[in-house]
Amino acid sequence: MTRTRTPVVAGWFAGEGEDFRLLGTRCSACASVYFPRQDGACRNPGCAGGDLVEVPLSRRGRIWSYTDARYRPPEPYVSDRELPWEPYTLIAVELAAERLVVLGQGVPGVSVADLEIGMEVEVVPGLLGEDGDEASGTAWTTWHWRPTGVTA
Amino acid sequence: MTGDVAVLGAGMHPWGKWGRSFVEYGTAAARAALADAGIGWRDVQSVVGADTVRGGYPGYVAGATFAKALGWQGARVTSVYAACASGAQAIATARAQILAGLADVVLVVGADAAPKGFFRPAGGDRPDDPDWLRFRVLGATNPTYFGLYARRRMAVHGDTLEDFAQVKVKNAACGALNPHARYRTAVSAEEVAASAVVADPLRLLDICATSDGGASLVLSSMEFARRHGATDPVRIRAVSTVTPTYPNTVLDLPDIATDSAAGVEPDGASFRSSIARAAYEEAGIGPEELSLAEVYDLSTALELQWYEDLGLCAEGAAAKLLREGATAPGGRIPVNVSGGLASFGEAVPAQAIAQVCELTWQLRGTAGARQVTGARVGITANQGLFGHGSSVVAVR
Ligand SMILES: [Zn+2]
Repeated sequence: MTRTRTPVVAGWFAGEGEDFRLLGTRCSACASVYFPRQDGACRNPGCAGGDLVEVPLSRRGRIWSYTDARYRPPEPYVSDRELPWEPYTLIAVELAAERLVVLGQGVPGVSVADLEIGMEVEVVPGLLGEDGDEASGTAWTTWHWRPTGVTA
Repeated sequence: MTGDVAVLGAGMHPWGKWGRSFVEYGTAAARAALADAGIGWRDVQSVVGADTVRGGYPGYVAGATFAKALGWQGARVTSVYAACASGAQAIATARAQILAGLADVVLVVGADAAPKGFFRPAGGDRPDDPDWLRFRVLGATNPTYFGLYARRRMAVHGDTLEDFAQVKVKNAACGALNPHARYRTAVSAEEVAASAVVADPLRLLDICATSDGGASLVLSSMEFARRHGATDPVRIRAVSTVTPTYPNTVLDLPDIATDSAAGVEPDGASFRSSIARAAYEEAGIGPEELSLAEVYDLSTALELQWYEDLGLCAEGAAAKLLREGATAPGGRIPVNVSGGLASFGEAVPAQAIAQVCELTWQLRGTAGARQVTGARVGITANQGLFGHGSSVVAVR
């Protein structure tokens, strides 16, 4: 048995490996794209209102900016307080086709020293954290940004 | 001007971690503002409280909480919440009541007892709240966003860590002169550089702390001020509380993504610059007429951003303005002569009110050692989570 893999938020991403994608919605009337997904009405004040259709977002984008978390964030971020804090990067990525910027954690092992504004990154499946024991616990899945030059 | 309201009184409780309730800070600030105005609490016809979100249930009904603590006397009451813009909305509400003729004299109060460490969202499992989501999904604290803006400025405009440090050096030197400030010691660039990195490239001394504090204003109609003998009071000429325009294309707290520009071409102005523009338009005053500005320096890098958004210099030229000394005391446009949040720390509902207290003292010429010579026009700038604008123009 292993922990049950559960997305940290339902409906924001799907797929495995190369097919992993962030999921947004697009307005059929004005072409605005929403992430996180918008499922009620289009938020463009000049839009007559179209259907909001689920769309996978571009897999690759360029770094708009980046930083890291040198201190343990407070709850509801889940982290094991028994373990020493391991900083992770946070990367804001500009998606050209959707013309929006999406923030995400960088893949484990990548530090701010490895990043540069304008660098190409791709979205990959990631593990946010684990709850409970090996047999009945939950592994919370998420998305990570990984520089396209990095294969690890 | 018919749109003006008078600032009759301004008061604060000193900021710091005092371990008391927000009610104590707020009532102390209110009593100070009433004494400064020279009017009794019973003369106040309306109380507007800026809400705190922590500190439990009473925080959500701040107006009545302060009114009760001061002694029920039947005044009209309002409580407003707009995150860091709560104080500006409290001022806007008071001003609207005065201009509408609903009240001649209004007491505005904001106070908070902040928790230690990072701000965090309200408790419980709340996946419909963007503020909860950014912590749960990304562990993205407020300094995360400040770090993103700082790194972006370095890449796009060539700002350096030394520039950021110099903002702290400037503001700490000002705060050392302010008896209301929490931190009252000078800080060197070396000390900033030696402090721990919190969110690369920003260090502990680049980021403002959380604090307890309280601030209060007594606002009145110009007619009441005249009858009261205040012939030349500081006047509030504009209060900007605008929202962003779609699409908002700069990643902002607490959102995980920006709006998309795929459907509508952005108009080119950032949300922060639109806050200032609305204030200038309402006041009929431009940035070249300012004597001083109090801006929201949550981080050193963010203060530089405000220079550009307020039109104190061209886009990308903020570090140059700083290096020239233009924003230091004695410069062309001193910024955060109060010491700013760098010296006060954040007490969310109080800070936008505290900015106007500083403008009031500066425009009266009673700011003591930190007085800006001949100050006639001042602006505050601030921004509240979830898209709340906040800017006040005061004149004398
Ligand atoms: Zn639409």
